[in-house]
Amino acid sequence: MKILNMLKRIPDPEQKLKFKGTAVDLTGANWVPNQFDEYAVETSLRLTENASSGNARTGEVVVASIGPKEVQQQLRAALAMGADRGILIDGNDDTLDAEIVARTVIKLVDKEKPDLVLMGKLAADSEDNQVGQLVAAYLGWPQATFAATIEVVEGGKALHVSREVDSGVETKRVALPAVVTVDLRVIAPSAVKNGVTAATHAYAEGPRYASLKGIMAAKKKTIEETTLDKLGVTAKQRVKTVSVEAPPARKAGVKVGSVDELVNKLHNEAKVL
Amino acid sequence: MGNVLIVVEHQDGHVRTASLPAITFGKKAAELHGGSLELLLIGKGAAAAGAEAATLGASAVFTVEDAALEHYLAETYAPIVARVAKEKSASLVAATATNFGKDLLPRVAALLDAGMASDVAAILGPKSFKRPQQAGNVVAAVEVLTDTVVASVRQTEFAPANSGGAAAPVSAIAAGAIDARGAAFVSLSTSKSERPDLTDAKVVVSGGRGMREGANFKPLEEIADLLGGAMGASRAACDAGMVPNDLQVGQTGKVVAPDLYIAVAISGAIQHLAGMKGSKVIVAINKDPEAPIFQVADYGLVSTWEKTLPDLKAAIQKVIAAR
Repeated sequence: MKILNMLKRIPDPEQKLKFKGTAVDLTGANWVPNQFDEYAVETSLRLTENASSGNARTGEVVVASIGPKEVQQQLRAALAMGADRGILIDGNDDTLDAEIVARTVIKLVDKEKPDLVLMGKLAADSEDNQVGQLVAAYLGWPQATFAATIEVVEGGKALHVSREVDSGVETKRVALPAVVTVDLRVIAPSAVKNGVTAATHAYAEGPRYASLKGIMAAKKKTIEETTLDKLGVTAKQRVKTVSVEAPPARKAGVKVGSVDELVNKLHNEAKVL
Repeated sequence: MGNVLIVVEHQDGHVRTASLPAITFGKKAAELHGGSLELLLIGKGAAAAGAEAATLGASAVFTVEDAALEHYLAETYAPIVARVAKEKSASLVAATATNFGKDLLPRVAALLDAGMASDVAAILGPKSFKRPQQAGNVVAAVEVLTDTVVASVRQTEFAPANSGGAAAPVSAIAAGAIDARGAAFVSLSTSKSERPDLTDAKVVVSGGRGMREGANFKPLEEIADLLGGAMGASRAACDAGMVPNDLQVGQTGKVVAPDLYIAVAISGAIQHLAGMKGSKVIVAINKDPEAPIFQVADYGLVSTWEKTLPDLKAAIQKVIAAR
């Protein structure tokens, strides 16, 4: 199986945001991989290896990112985890939107012909939650968003994907090629079954750490550099961010000394009991 | 501009309450677009639920039923939404940003060549919206630049639409050709609860990692039941298997904004705060005085749940008895 895995770098969500006028001030920001995309890389690797036989590669994972040169760092980290190749598309977040990113993914699909496009369900900075669905729609492919578990079925022709939906957990079949976006639980020990690795295999929870061997090997792997122009992306922005601001701060709360004081305040002051 | 089309979710022949805020959003949008508000229901039971939706203030209700549409699939539903939007001259298509709306609407936007605003919290103009980003740490004003606009609506930011208006005409529309593109529904496992839906509840009582095991959620359930509330949990509690995943509140999971949110043994990771910061009154009970949850809490009590919950239950019972 060949997988195209999209990966976005985002400002560290744990860092306090600074504002400059009507924009977020990202000078000095600490950049990290979008967690959902990092989980997608782990998923891609689980789908393309035999974990019962020393993680022998059984497929190919191409990791791609749109961003400045510095995204090399996040791509190299994915290669150190075990991804096979990287593609870095030069681009500036301010001029992108879900439409342009989706059209770029489609150009990569034309070029790479993957069986599966995999990515996080959303980027934890912009939180659009659109790119996977747009790509699937434009390609006329099936989509499985918010994947919690993935099982390769029908001899590799389709996937069964379980998704947390509003009323419970839904299992959906998607024929390959398809687009899958992953949610947090896809990195549970037995969330991914690829039909090669023993079905009883349990991974360590979470995205894998790069081994020293992996880090050394990653240095020799290629990261192809390209641009939106070279890929022939002509899409125009459809949604523009006009301004951003901090949300209204919550009124400072108080610490109470006892349960009685708490219930008294909830009853008489907040009037919610 | 044109009309406003809201995709309404339904279950067992009834409108899902999650869709009611999107209808309120639709009314405001229709004024700004100078068009009328129209509702679309697709799938099994759409006609029955459509009759119910007819009194929610729209000018028209459209229903589409077909054996091949029994189970929701973005692949089969999106082309129908896009077709109806075109036929009815809609310049804005929206639904609540539930998992259904989040899955479906971008696919609709692609088919309509429309820009989409996700998780809209306020309307600034016909194509301008406010929406949270960065786990709720940023409020962005966005403008959609295409003629047709698609929007998903944050459930907690708009009041539910009221029923009781004059009944709008309900008309059935043919499904047309259906192509699932290789997708198929396999199964759905639902967890039924007697408690109110997490996203509708006036009171939510949530437990976190500090609860240590599922059995310890019992006193939280008792307090939730006393207050007619719903149970919630942090990611850590769900991941540890203490409670089912569908109780998770946060960036993954449900966004809630009840009148009262009680967070017990939850440290307050930003992903959790993103799902409950809109609550009117927040109570935090945590043994760690430095826990970030106290920064958003209106009332904080530094204590262990073991010590606090029995007393809290008794004190709430006393208040209820005195009503």
